[in-house]
Amino acid sequence: MQEECLLTMRQIDKRFPGVVALNGVDFTLRKGEIHALMGENGAGKSTLIKVLTGVYQMDGGEIRVEGKPIFIKSPQDAQNHGISTVYQEITLCPNLTVAENMFIGREDSVWVRRGKYEKRAEEILMDLGVPARSTQQLGDCSLAVQQMVAIARAVDMKCKVLILDEPTSSLDDKEVQMLFSLMKDLKSQGVGIIFVTHFLEQVYEVSDRITVLRNGELVGEYLTEELPQVQLVSKMIGKELEELSNLGETEEKNSEEQEVFYEAEGLSSSAARPFDFSIRKGEVNGFTGLLGSGRSESVRAIFGADKVNGGTVKIKGQEVKITRPIDAMKNGIGYLAEDRKRDGIIADLSVRENIILAMQVMNGMFKPISRSESEAFADEYIKVLNIKTASRETPVGSLSGGNQQKVILARWLLTHPDYLILDEPTRGIDVGTKLEIQKLVLKLAEEGVSVTFISSEVEEMLRTCSRLIVMRDRYIVGELKGSDLNQTQVMKTIAGGEA
Amino acid sequence: MKGTIFQRREPLNDTQLLMTITIGIFVVMYMLAVILLGGGFLHAQQIFDMLNDNASLVIVSCGLTIVMIGGGIDISVGAVTSLVVMSCVLYLNKGGNIFISILLAVGIGLVFGLVQGFLISYMEIQPFIVTLAGMFFARGMTTILSVNPQKVDHEAFSKLRDTKIEISWLGYKAKNGNLVPARIELGVVVAVVCVILAFLLLKYLRLGRGFYAIGGNQKSALMLGINVKLTRFMSYVICGLLSGISGYVFMMHTGAGNATNAAGMEMNAIAASIIGGTLLTGGVGNVIGTLFGVLTLTTIKKIVVSSGLNDPWWQSITTGGMLCFFILLQSIVLGRRAKKKKT
Repeated sequence: MQEECLLTMRQIDKRFPGVVALNGVDFTLRKGEIHALMGENGAGKSTLIKVLTGVYQMDGGEIRVEGKPIFIKSPQDAQNHGISTVYQEITLCPNLTVAENMFIGREDSVWVRRGKYEKRAEEILMDLGVPARSTQQLGDCSLAVQQMVAIARAVDMKCKVLILDEPTSSLDDKEVQMLFSLMKDLKSQGVGIIFVTHFLEQVYEVSDRITVLRNGELVGEYLTEELPQVQLVSKMIGKELEELSNLGETEEKNSEEQEVFYEAEGLSSSAARPFDFSIRKGEVNGFTGLLGSGRSESVRAIFGADKVNGGTVKIKGQEVKITRPIDAMKNGIGYLAEDRKRDGIIADLSVRENIILAMQVMNGMFKPISRSESEAFADEYIKVLNIKTASRETPVGSLSGGNQQKVILARWLLTHPDYLILDEPTRGIDVGTKLEIQKLVLKLAEEGVSVTFISSEVEEMLRTCSRLIVMRDRYIVGELKGSDLNQTQVMKTIAGGEA
Repeated sequence: MKGTIFQRREPLNDTQLLMTITIGIFVVMYMLAVILLGGGFLHAQQIFDMLNDNASLVIVSCGLTIVMIGGGIDISVGAVTSLVVMSCVLYLNKGGNIFISILLAVGIGLVFGLVQGFLISYMEIQPFIVTLAGMFFARGMTTILSVNPQKVDHEAFSKLRDTKIEISWLGYKAKNGNLVPARIELGVVVAVVCVILAFLLLKYLRLGRGFYAIGGNQKSALMLGINVKLTRFMSYVICGLLSGISGYVFMMHTGAGNATNAAGMEMNAIAASIIGGTLLTGGVGNVIGTLFGVLTLTTIKKIVVSSGLNDPWWQSITTGGMLCFFILLQSIVLGRRAKKKKT
């Protein structure tokens, strides 16, 4: 196969303070191919894209377009080199017309030649089969069409490399098909497409080639047809399948005899499809699946963090209504959010203030916790959880990631929850702290607290959970326990069985 | 390509929809005034008077509309107008030149626009804070220039001030049988020119479409290759320039300078822009709508005054009520539209 290399990235390095985001990564895009870029959270795929689009400057390496080395300084610069990006969130102006969105920012005159633009836009839209009129207000179009307009703009800018960053995550099945046929169309015109997604099925549907990244390093480049789905998953997660098969030992964990603490039937939210779920007292279970499979959305629905649409929820056999986080908290449920910077810590407040936050909310506004009481609580948990902080009055923002996580954990433990949901509690923290948190989870379970644990690292889940619920493409596709709890089985279920 | 299905008419976009509502309401209000208060409102002079009295408000509102479309706000416009009036009055009374006085007016407005635009756009300070400071600064300067009211005493200026366009066929017969022609002040001509230029700018110039783009979604605008900072800067510069012009027109109407001139004008201008269909969140609006916003506001005031409720607070109360009504109406109309879009 001797296709023309459109874009080559060689030995790309990118470092952030304390982290190596990309370490000598190679990437090659050929003319007229759809190339999927895969990897779990933190694998470096978005960093690679940002280097390519000029959002970040690379620290080392070389980028060539059609053999010519280029240096990309800004998103604008990338476009001038024929590299266009269509982002997950639409980066167009909803209050302007379709035609204006296609031409604004690159007009050739001071005057807006509306008629000319509309005519040209109409031609391109017809050509690409985009069901939009050039004079339509963009905000009136569906998300899929808006995305296609963004692509049409890129096409008209004579782009050679088109980067689609998670383009399908907000589209329904029909819209996805529309997008795919457009992608195939462009491919036949010789455009190279980099397709970033977390939907495995879609990768196999459209892509010709797959590049897998893990922990900022290149795992490899494969032809899609030669890489079975289960292999892809193991490459993304980082275990060779053969090696995994030997790792069969799993210990039985007790949980069967306890009463059911929480039970949901047909629970659904604005973000999660309806699902059934239950957990016993003192049980540790987990949701697993690739990023975007719906694992976080499901637990958020349990906690009432997204708008709950339907379903019945029982706690200790009694039906309750949980539509807001405060309802969940009053029923003894605690939730440690996935993104601790956004949903968890308040960086400018002190360790003490962050710890008493949830308890204060539970108590209500009119029952303040006294200073001495809160100091006592803070000191206690700083000791119990071994939080490394200069003092209890240190702003949380200055702590390391692992210690921030412990502060949030302390916050929930202080409310003495019966059921604790931990969404990626160990992401981005050091191994020592990871182990501490895992131990803590098991200790809590012994004390009768139910815990739902989510982690990208399957290994970690296997160590802590007695039951795993596997999700794929936003559906629960399996439940594993007992002897099925091993890496091979988990990966097979994640990937869709046919290994 | 002509004659394909694509030639069909588009539904009104948000800007056009809100503007249509405004014009409709103005017509209804005016008819109401004619019915309730009778004949006076049938004379063309009535409309011209509304314009004569509010030419400077129209100009200021145009500037504000441009800023608001870009997603910003400028509350210094009234104070700048006042400062321009006082400066020009004092300059003319020292025997200054008419031409230079016009340059002075435009210059003061421009300086405010440049400085405020720079601070907001390039130093990234909140527009509300910057223009609040600008407002205090301009008010303070006005008072420093003169605490006492100053009447213009300048021959050439008086001539200019008294120049009126008379249209006899639009006039009416006074009680003594003489024909009183309809009179339009020069300021109105200036205001109309400003409205037309602003309209053309917003509709046909790259810069104008940029205002809509940055107001609609600033991040997207940046990704689409628009120079967001420069565009925002320009919106404040144009607004400042129009404040300067407004000051001169104000002086041509009143012929005097006073530290309390144009007090609260910025609030009226914001009200007029909103009533005219400009969204405070940016991206939607039109100066034609704003013109009708001013006319609607004025009609309400006239109705209130003509009904014998002569105290100024009645005007405030009705203006407040109107503003509430319009904002509610806008959010209902746009909300329903958004809902319809989803289904």
